[in-house]
Amino acid sequence: MNYSSLAIPRLSDFLFGVCPRPLTLKNGLVIGGGQVYPEINFTLDSMIITAESMPQVYEQYTQMITGVCDRAVELHAPGLVVEFELLPDLTLVPEWGAEVTKILRSTLDETEAKHGLKTGLRVTPNDIREFARPPLMRQGRYVEDMFRSFELCAEAGADMLAIESTGGKEIHDEAILNGDLPMSVFALGVLGSRDMAYLWERITEISRRCGVVPSGDSACGFANTAMVLAEQHFIPRVWAAVIRVLTVARSLVAFEHGAVGPNKDCAYEGPYIKAITGYPIALEGAEASVAHLSPIGNIAKAVPDLWSNESVQNVKLLGAMAPTVSVEQLIYATRLMNVASARGAKEAGMLRDWWVESDSHLDPQAYVLRPDVVLKISEEIIAEPTPYKRTRRSAFAALEVLRQANAAGELNLSKMENRWLERLSRAAEGLPEDEDEFIAGILPQVNRKKIALSEYGL
Amino acid sequence: MIIDDIKQAVIEGDATEVKKLVALALEQQVPAEEILKNGMISGMGEVGRLFEEGEYFVPEMLIAARAMQGGLGILRPVLVEQDVKSAGKVVLGTVKGDLHDIGKNLVGMMLEGAGFQIVDLGTDVSPEKFIEAIREHQPDIVGMSALLTTTMPNMDKTIKAFNEAGVRQSVKVMVGGAPVTKKYAGEIGADGFAPDANQATAEAKKLLVG
Repeated sequence: MNYSSLAIPRLSDFLFGVCPRPLTLKNGLVIGGGQVYPEINFTLDSMIITAESMPQVYEQYTQMITGVCDRAVELHAPGLVVEFELLPDLTLVPEWGAEVTKILRSTLDETEAKHGLKTGLRVTPNDIREFARPPLMRQGRYVEDMFRSFELCAEAGADMLAIESTGGKEIHDEAILNGDLPMSVFALGVLGSRDMAYLWERITEISRRCGVVPSGDSACGFANTAMVLAEQHFIPRVWAAVIRVLTVARSLVAFEHGAVGPNKDCAYEGPYIKAITGYPIALEGAEASVAHLSPIGNIAKAVPDLWSNESVQNVKLLGAMAPTVSVEQLIYATRLMNVASARGAKEAGMLRDWWVESDSHLDPQAYVLRPDVVLKISEEIIAEPTPYKRTRRSAFAALEVLRQANAAGELNLSKMENRWLERLSRAAEGLPEDEDEFIAGILPQVNRKKIALSEYGL
Repeated sequence: MIIDDIKQAVIEGDATEVKKLVALALEQQVPAEEILKNGMISGMGEVGRLFEEGEYFVPEMLIAARAMQGGLGILRPVLVEQDVKSAGKVVLGTVKGDLHDIGKNLVGMMLEGAGFQIVDLGTDVSPEKFIEAIREHQPDIVGMSALLTTTMPNMDKTIKAFNEAGVRQSVKVMVGGAPVTKKYAGEIGADGFAPDANQATAEAKKLLVG
């Protein structure tokens, strides 16, 4: 499957809660079929995970899922998706992650049976391949354990499988800090994309065999790392915005190799994926500030099909335990979206536009998530045939959009940000069209101690 | 004056110029310590100020840091010969089970710019590896980083291991990372805490004075 046209070409059809290819879970919950559902994610409070502490781990997860389900029932949530993002230790010992999956499944099933609340469970094993340094992407015990974790979690009751894969991250962190656009393009458009093709063939195969949904990936380790660094004023915001768009071609590879959505919540490239593929997406924004700050809290609400909190620690707040508080926030946010949708596409579009307008002029990272900008750039991306060429085109398109917005006064970039916009534009001009030429030019600059290039077929 | 030129070249991140000027200054018999402190460290101090005021981002700081490293490559043998001490030696690492290293790397870069000598142990560093590094490198400070709530407790374990190995008293321990708080640092018996990479240098200096 190679996408060459937009699944959602018209802005008026690009809305939250609806998509051309909705997903129906086994219990009938339809994602992207008209309603936006909360997708809650929670994690352990501070503790060390060992065989001895596993009873406490299971107890915490039982407490968290019970609190969340009870509150969802009390607030009349029309549906609920839970994401269980495995901590590294719970993937390193796949049986532990599977046991937690069983606990979550059991409570979700009980809630559904007792109260009729339709639920879904997404399970996201950790990309533990990074534990080998340099990471071995296609061989060794970490790869084997990671895929075993997918299988065991699927057998233990996951409805959907996902991952936040890290192929290319070995060199991308430095590219972010150095403001090195060609190296970022190499990490995402060449390394990451090759890894995604390998990974998603396997995840799709496991999913089909186990009867679960191969949902989606996220460029979190790339673009969200950049976003958080920009929030701390470590890197320019225009650079973080460009990296966001650079991740699109990479994340699209998952869908070209079997993923069917919903794309991961922390994948802010999701609107592009939805526009291109038509599959549903999860997103997160204001309610995800429990995990990280961002300048895109409202605009992220423009087109999601699941609305998430990223992840919250199991700590006590004045209201209740944090996961319970968090699910309440998500339920209220989605309630408003669903009321707007019920009124009609015009009203939903109005709410979408208010959210867009409230963020888009304040930060270039928000600007590149404007639905009209997403459609424009997505069209350019899929005009190219390969991940490298698409990533290269993403750079050109994102920079052009930002330059035009700045010139038109739709963005008010500082002197420093302007200097970086020019600098990145010059760097983009140097990207050759030919992938082999690009790779030959960049390889001498790659730190070979950090990456095993042979794992990427290089 | 050549010292001012070295400082300016560091601020501008011009590695070639820094190297050329440091070599020239040595030829002119300028004391190595003066080149280091009033030229390069002072230049990095100005870079830090520009960063604090939003005039520079990390990429510009890294370029300046690399320019300083270029100069240090020429200056280091002379500093050793003249027994010029660094601001302090710091062993850095992300604790066991944690693979995040951007924050730690930024702390290392900023400390280096302030004249500290850095030994970076990388990520997923076990207590044993930290202890081995203390014995081998005899640092003034050990800096530990963690980004996960489930790896942060390994800071506590590592400090306890330092006590058991009898090396705790020989070093100051500094901790940081997203889930780490000053309160937690106090609870586990760390000597210092920095909420972000910006404040790590000031905290390290404070620890060595105190």
